[in-house]
Amino acid sequence: MSKRSLLVASLLLLAAWQLLAWVVGSGLLPLKARTNILPGPLEVFPVFFAQLPKELGAHSLVSLRRVIGSMLLSVALAVPAGLAMGQSQRLNRLFSPLLYLTHPVPKVVFVPVVVLFFGVGDLAKIVVITLILFFQILVLVRDAAANLRPELIQSVRSLGAGRRALFVYVYLPASLPAVLTALRLSVGTAVAVLYVAELYATQKGLGYYIFLQGSTLFNYPAMYAGIMAMALLGLGLYFTVDWLEQRLCPWEYAD
Amino acid sequence: MIETRSLAFAYPSGPAIFSGFNWSVKAGEAWAILGPSGCGKSTLLYLLAGLRRPTAGQVMIEGQVITRPRPRTGLVLQDFGLLPWATCEENISLGLRIHGFYGPDGKHAPLDSKPGDIRAITGHWLKRLGLEDVRRHYPAQLSGGQRQRTAIARTLALNPDLLLMDEPFASLDAPTREGLQNLTLELRAEQRLTTIVVTHAIEEAAFLGRRILLLGTGIEIIENPEAGTPAYRGSVAYQQTCQHLRARLGEANPHSVTAPAGVGAFD
Repeated sequence: MSKRSLLVASLLLLAAWQLLAWVVGSGLLPLKARTNILPGPLEVFPVFFAQLPKELGAHSLVSLRRVIGSMLLSVALAVPAGLAMGQSQRLNRLFSPLLYLTHPVPKVVFVPVVVLFFGVGDLAKIVVITLILFFQILVLVRDAAANLRPELIQSVRSLGAGRRALFVYVYLPASLPAVLTALRLSVGTAVAVLYVAELYATQKGLGYYIFLQGSTLFNYPAMYAGIMAMALLGLGLYFTVDWLEQRLCPWEYAD
Repeated sequence: MIETRSLAFAYPSGPAIFSGFNWSVKAGEAWAILGPSGCGKSTLLYLLAGLRRPTAGQVMIEGQVITRPRPRTGLVLQDFGLLPWATCEENISLGLRIHGFYGPDGKHAPLDSKPGDIRAITGHWLKRLGLEDVRRHYPAQLSGGQRQRTAIARTLALNPDLLLMDEPFASLDAPTREGLQNLTLELRAEQRLTTIVVTHAIEEAAFLGRRILLLGTGIEIIENPEAGTPAYRGSVAYQQTCQHLRARLGEANPHSVTAPAGVGAFD
């Protein structure tokens, strides 16, 4: 996708948002709610930029820290597990049914449980998001390792590679695109779950900020500034993973 | 150099592919192993490479029983042997880097291997096999011939004394195949290699093998002493060898076992 087409799409979205804001604000729609519930970007942007160096920025950093922490933790746990399962049919046979049963369970319902176990701090939030990312990465890394052609493994073994060298020169680089694809696919879900997790027993993070501004202070422009920050957080992470994929896996993009 | 003693192999829950197989290869010989699909010729090569364990008997190379890949044996496969995520140059240096990873332990790398200049050795082989222009290309960007030359360069960079090739040129078009067959002859002479080429192509066996192990009709060894120069392809002897091989393969019936006494049986 070209930068220009992305810019055009962004402008279109903003225009649609502003248009909708005017329609809702005009009171012409038969809405039961007040007419100030949808401020447009012309109203929200100044609040966003004014709040960013203050409260909003601080809450954003907390949220960012939690997502990055979960991404690192889930990669550290899921990559070795996925590689082990992908290499060993016995391990795969043992754990696949377990994975099959637990993978589709919506992890977000465990938020209260995780809070009970890990308390109200950052750790609980990180654990919840890690639960989601872990399974995505595990499955894709396992499949990447299992789908390596036997000819490839044999020919690298014939060059003298034992288990350790195979890991370094074959399995690890082979799993890299899988890790990044898993992160790219699940970063949206991760941010969504972060929002839910930050509604619980915390006074930091964008989830808390959005809830506070909207439901307690009724400061709608600030609420939308928070929503914007959360959207940008997800988008920024998505772009970062995309960029990393192009930097770290150039063979996937070679024509 | 190579001796197989009462070698037997069967896949789990499969029939014996061969049993009681005795064979010997002297240093510097050029062998071709020819036979129809499924006759066990690739399996034999994998046994020699130490990538499969015999169900009975032994493979001995230079007096040592082979139980794992031997550092001085080079192996070139038909396809899929290159790392897709590594450039041509990185693929060629792979074996050297693996040897550096373990050090000269005699198990993964030869005891006498010196930590040579990886870049210099890789550069030499890039040049020798005409791959300098594509050194930064990934395998997916290379032609079939370039990929096989990369695989050969990667193997020869480790300075092997024995080169095993499994259908190395089967997926290439005819001119490329002939070019690489000529190159194989050149490299064999330059590096003083013992070579064993597994193939199902009669012409390839006749061109590359001075001795041809014919499988499928039992076991037969066909002498082909004049092979070894590019000019041989145009000779009468070459034509006759091809004809002879064709006739022998035509009689092949994988269900009949007519092994000469004392040589072994291919089922």
